[in-house]
Amino acid sequence: MARALINVPAKAKRGDIIEIKALISHPMETGYRTGTDGALVPRDIINRFICTYNGEEIFSADLFPAIAANPFFSFTTTATESGRIAFRWIDDRGQAYLETAEIAVE
Amino acid sequence: MRGVLKGFALTAGFGGALGICISLAIAQAPPSERKSGFEFMSPESQATQQDDFSNPGMLWVAEGEALWNAKAGATGRSCAECHGDAAVSMKGVAARYPVFFAGSGRPIDLQSRINVCRKTNQDTTPFPLESRELLALSAFIGRQSRGMPITTGEDKRLDPFRARGQELYEQRQGQLNFSCANCHDNNWGRRLASSVIPQSHPTGYPLYRLEWQGLGSLQRRLRNCMIGVRAEPYPYGSQEYVELELFLMTRAMGMPLETPAVRP
Repeated sequence: MARALINVPAKAKRGDIIEIKALISHPMETGYRTGTDGALVPRDIINRFICTYNGEEIFSADLFPAIAANPFFSFTTTATESGRIAFRWIDDRGQAYLETAEIAVE
Repeated sequence: MRGVLKGFALTAGFGGALGICISLAIAQAPPSERKSGFEFMSPESQATQQDDFSNPGMLWVAEGEALWNAKAGATGRSCAECHGDAAVSMKGVAARYPVFFAGSGRPIDLQSRINVCRKTNQDTTPFPLESRELLALSAFIGRQSRGMPITTGEDKRLDPFRARGQELYEQRQGQLNFSCANCHDNNWGRRLASSVIPQSHPTGYPLYRLEWQGLGSLQRRLRNCMIGVRAEPYPYGSQEYVELELFLMTRAMGMPLETPAVRP
């Protein structure tokens, strides 16, 4: 179960540099830890994060086991047009978690 | 006698190679010098706590809000159906816990109080203590009092329990034979390895500890310290923890609640 908190300004002027923040709830299990039975806990991490602005990729990242639980990203982009900013986190099982935010550019 | 443990030097060996010498004299910081753990953190950690979009504790708050509005149990009622808008009904509530609970004649903390409600009003099984759901609901309720002054301990019926909490706080325990006060009253602001020792003012629970990579209660934090001095921790929900919580929250009376806080 994943839950995300994203922050995109609702309004911006054309050409403004805007900050985008994305925080997702995820255990980021490294695969190196042992459980109470002594067996390794299977690796379960988000390994890819992609952000698109009206379909065009503006930021992406590969994630690795050394990244802590509940990964947080903060990055900037230029407000070019009104539309949709979409976020996609993909985990080791191939499951994707999606979030979107609308931005109005004047 | 409270107040003096004079001229005592203690040497504790770490890994057989290092030794520390600490002189001990119990003295709680006067009210004007009381500090939240927030003030001992790096500016980066402080910024993480202060921005709701970077504070990972807000993930639990969001989950707690969903649970607040979800129907549960045989009665099929949600928290919201009885309590209404949490921003109104729960404002200030977390700032006064633990409270005296007439049903048991003892103090009760917020997590256990939520479970009482689940059992009696929703007619369903209580959440296990320290479970994600119970922490989420506690964080959501705590969030409604953020910034409000802590008022725990105003009820006179709590006095004997608070006194027992204080005894526990000042009692030496564990193989290292430390009391809580030895570090948190006597050596706050100094370092234990690389970590700054804060004063024990539990102003932000349940809080997100970077070390835990998750949200945890004050009881979990107390367990950490007990394991640290190599004492046997009490089980979750034990009366001793509730009395300690009561004593610590009363010490922090008047300080603003920070739930959900972030700590290293």
